[in-house]
Amino acid sequence: MLTRLGPLLTVVLLTGPVAFGLAGTVLPAFGFLPALGGTTLTLDHLRALLAQPAIWTSAAISLATGLASTLLSIAIVMLFVAGWAGTRLFARLQHLVSPLLSLPHAAAAFALAFLIAPSGMLARLASPWLTGWQRPPDLLIVHDPMGLSMMAGLVAKEVPFLLLMVLAALPQVPLAQTRMLAASMGYGRVAGFLGGLWPAVYRQIRLPVFAVIAFATSVVDVAVILGPTRPAPLAVRLVEWMNDPNLAMRHLASAGALLQLAVTALALALWVGLERAGRALCILAVEGGLRMRRDAAVRGMALGAMVLSAGAVFAGLATLALWSFAGLWQFPDALPATFTLKSWIRVLPRIADPLLTTLAAGFLSTLIAGLLSVLCLMREEETGRRPGPALMLLYLPLLVPQVAFVFGLQLFLIYTGTLATMPALVLSHLVFVMPYAYLALKDPWHAFDRRFDRLAAGFGKQRWQRLFLVRLPMMTRAILTMGAIGFAVSVGLYLPTVLVGAGRLTTITSEAVALASGGDRRVVGVYAFWQMLLPMLGFAVATLVPALIFRRFRDMQV
Amino acid sequence: MPTRIFAAILFVVAAVSARAGEVDPADWHKVVEKARGQTVYFNAWGGSENINAYIEWAAGELERRHGVRLVHVKLDDTAKAVATVVAEKAAGRDTGGAVDLVWINGENFAAMKRRGLLFAPGWAQALPNWRHVDHENKPTILTDFTIPVDGLASPWGMAKLVFFYDSARVEKNALPDSAEALLRWAEAHPGRFSYPRPPDFIGSSFLKQVLTEKVEDASVLLKPVVEEDFQAVTAPLFAYLDALHPVAWRSGRIFPRNYPAMKQLLADGELDIIFAFNPAEASSAIANGELPDTVRSFTFPAGTLANTHFVAIPYNASAKAGALVTANFLLSPEAQARKQDPAVWGDPTVLAMDKLGPQDRARFAALELGPATLAPEELGPALPEPHPSWMERIEEEWKRRYTAEN
Repeated sequence: MLTRLGPLLTVVLLTGPVAFGLAGTVLPAFGFLPALGGTTLTLDHLRALLAQPAIWTSAAISLATGLASTLLSIAIVMLFVAGWAGTRLFARLQHLVSPLLSLPHAAAAFALAFLIAPSGMLARLASPWLTGWQRPPDLLIVHDPMGLSMMAGLVAKEVPFLLLMVLAALPQVPLAQTRMLAASMGYGRVAGFLGGLWPAVYRQIRLPVFAVIAFATSVVDVAVILGPTRPAPLAVRLVEWMNDPNLAMRHLASAGALLQLAVTALALALWVGLERAGRALCILAVEGGLRMRRDAAVRGMALGAMVLSAGAVFAGLATLALWSFAGLWQFPDALPATFTLKSWIRVLPRIADPLLTTLAAGFLSTLIAGLLSVLCLMREEETGRRPGPALMLLYLPLLVPQVAFVFGLQLFLIYTGTLATMPALVLSHLVFVMPYAYLALKDPWHAFDRRFDRLAAGFGKQRWQRLFLVRLPMMTRAILTMGAIGFAVSVGLYLPTVLVGAGRLTTITSEAVALASGGDRRVVGVYAFWQMLLPMLGFAVATLVPALIFRRFRDMQV
Repeated sequence: MPTRIFAAILFVVAAVSARAGEVDPADWHKVVEKARGQTVYFNAWGGSENINAYIEWAAGELERRHGVRLVHVKLDDTAKAVATVVAEKAAGRDTGGAVDLVWINGENFAAMKRRGLLFAPGWAQALPNWRHVDHENKPTILTDFTIPVDGLASPWGMAKLVFFYDSARVEKNALPDSAEALLRWAEAHPGRFSYPRPPDFIGSSFLKQVLTEKVEDASVLLKPVVEEDFQAVTAPLFAYLDALHPVAWRSGRIFPRNYPAMKQLLADGELDIIFAFNPAEASSAIANGELPDTVRSFTFPAGTLANTHFVAIPYNASAKAGALVTANFLLSPEAQARKQDPAVWGDPTVLAMDKLGPQDRARFAALELGPATLAPEELGPALPEPHPSWMERIEEEWKRRYTAEN
C-alpha cells in the first residue's frame, strides 16, 4: 500500500510546486493578481517588459552564455574521456575533480573571482616582477559585458558534473573492447571513441545536459558574482524586479519569467539542432575515413582544459581561505602582511543561525527525498516495470528555469501565510533534491542482488523486516552517498532559498551571495569556506561510516 | 441574526485584542515589562560587517538586560522593508506584521509616513533617553530630507558625506575641493574614481551632492519635483555624469555595488578617492586591518550633504514594546558611545555632550577619533538633503540612461 503511494506522492510533491509556481508566474504576467487588484487579463505587462531598456540584450546574454558554457563543458568532458578513459592518469584526475561536484556554484564563482580579478591572486603573483604593475590594472575582467568570466565560472562547475555523468554511463559500454577494435582498425584514441562509443554514452547523459542548459541560461548566483551588469543577464534583472519595493513590478517580473522560459526553450531547441549537426559531422567523419591517428594535440588540449578548469577552482579556493585569515593585504603582495583570526571570530557567532537553517533544510529535504526514492524504487520492483511516464516528471524541476516557477511558488506561499517557514523551505529544496536523490539511488538499487531478499524471505522474514534488516543495511554505502549528494544540492541552492526564506530564513549560500556585494573579501572567504566544508562533510560521512561499519565484512569493502 | 451576533462578538474580540497589542510609550514601566520575552525583527541594511557586529552586540545586551531577543534581518535595500509593510497593509494584516523595527531615513521614511505605515507620532520624544538628544543643534533630527519627523522615528546616528584617499599614493595638495574639481581630478587621473551604482543609497547620495552643487537655484531641491522642470533642473547633473563616466573606474562600464566595495577597491589600489556617509569609516577600517593606516579624509569647503538616520516602528509591528525598548537602548549614552568608537563602527552620536552626566561624557571623551577622521569642526558646512522625490526621480532617470552600456 505504502509503496503504491510512493510514486504518486513523489509526483504530487514535485509537480505540485512546479505547476502552482508556473501558474503563479504566468497569470500575473497577463495581469491577473487579485491581491494587487489585477483581475482582468491584459497584454500591457508584456508590452512594458519589451519596453525595458536593453531587455533583448539581457535575453541574448542569457541565451549565449548558457549555450556556450554548456558546449564548452561538454566538449572538454567528451574529448578528455575520449582521449584518456582507461588510463591511470584518468583515474587520478577523476578523483581530483569529483569533490568539485559537491561545491556550491556560488563558492566556485567566488573562487574564480578571487583568482582572475585585476587585484586577484593571478595578478598578484605576476606583479610587479613580470607585469610591472604596482597597482591593479584598470581592466574589466570580472563582470565583463560579454559574460566571459561568468561562462568560465559555469564551465568550472559543469565540467565535474558532466564528467561524473559520463563516468556513470561508461560501464554500460564496452570500453576496452571497442578501444582495441578501433585501434586495430587504425583509428586514433579520440576518433575511435567518438565514432564507436560516444553516441551510446551521450544518449545516457542527454537529460543531465539539458538540465545544465536550463540551469546555465537562468542562473542567478553565478551571474551576480561574475556576470555582466550593464545590462545584467535576464534572470538577474527578474530577481531585481521581483524584489522591487513597488509591488506592481511583480507583473513585470512575471512577464520577464515568461521571456526566461522562452529563452531556455529556445536554448534547448538550438541544442537539439546542434546535436543533429554533431551527428552529421560524426557520420561525415566516419564515412570519410577520418582516423585522426595523430591526436596527441587534441588529447593534450583536452587534458589541459580539464586540469585548468579544476585547478583554477582549487587555486581560487585556496585564495579564499587565505583571505579569511588575512589582515591587511595590499596589492601586489602575494601574501597578506598579517594573519589574523579576527574575521573568523567576528563571523562565527553570526553564522550560527544560517548554519542551523542550512543543516536543517538539507537534512530534512534529503531525508524525505530518500524515503520517497526508496518507495518509488520498491514500487518499480513490485510491478516489474520501469518508471512510467509520470515519473519522468521527476526531472521537470531540472528542466524548467528556477525563476520561472519559484516566483509563483513564492506568491502561493504568501497567500497561505507560509512564506519564510521551515516546511516551505524544505518543500522548495525537496523539489530540487528529489531528482538527484532518485538518480543516485536508482542504479545501486537495481544492482542489488535479490537473492539476499529471497534468502531472507525463506527465513520467514516479512517484507518490511527484509527491507530494514537486510537490504537497507547492505546498501548503507549507496544510501549515504545519495544523502551526501542530496545534502550538497540543498546547500548550494540559492534562488529558492532567497525567495522562499524571504530574508528571515537564510542559509550559508544565500548569506554568502548577499555579502558578495559588501566586498569584504575576508568575510566572503569565511562563508565560502563553510560552503565548501558542508558538502565535503557529507561525503566524508558517506565514505567513512560504511568503512567503519563494514570493517569486519570483507565482501562489503570497496 | 445569529451571524450578526457572531460578527459583533468577533468585532469586540478583535477590538480588545488590538487594544491589548497597543503600547503607550509614556508608561515606560509597562513597556519594559511587556517587552520581556518579545522577539524584535530589526530590518536593517546588512552590507557592512562592522555595523552587523555592532547590532550583534546590541542584541546580546538587550537579551541580557531586558529579555528582548533582537533578530537582525539583513536587507540589501531598506525599500524592501517598506514593501513588506505595504504588502501587509494591502492584505489587511494590521497586526502581527513581520517588521518590528526598521533602520530608515530619506525617501523610505517619507514613503512610510505618507502612507501612514508608522507607529504613533511622538513616541520618539517619549523615550526616556530622548532627554540626551541634541535636537537643538542638529536640525536633521527633527526634519529628515525636508520632511518633519514628528516623533515617528527615533534618531540613531549622524551622517555626513566625507571623502577618503590614501596619502601614500595621492598628493594632498591636488585633492579636489568641489564636485567640479573632482571631475577635473578624475580627468587627470583616469580610472581612479567611481561611485556605487544607484539605487545604492550612497551612490544616489553622490548624485544628489553633484546636483546640489551644480543646480542653478538650490532652493527648488527642497520642494517636491515639478515634473515639467525635472529635465532642465537635472541637466547639469547628467552632463556631469556623461563627462565623468569615460574617465571613471573601468571607464564607467561597471560600478561598485556599494561603499564597502569601494573600500576594498581603495585597499587594492584600484580607486584613489572614495567616499562614505560616515566620517569615521576609514579610521574604523584601519582599525580592522581593511585599509592601510595612510588613508586620510577630506570634505568640500563649500559643504557636503548631511543627514540623520533613524529607527522607526511599523504601525502593524508584532513586538512594539520590544521595539521601543530597543530604540531606547540604541539611544543610551553607552550604546551611542560604543557606536562612535572607530574600533567598532565610528558612527557619530545624536546625543548632546552637555546633556550627559560626567561619567557618560567621559565615555565619549575617551574615544580616539582615529588617524583618518576629521575633527567635527573640520567637517565643513552641512548641505541640506533635497526633498525625497528628487532621489526617486534621479534614480529612475539614471536607470533609464545607464542600464545598458550604449
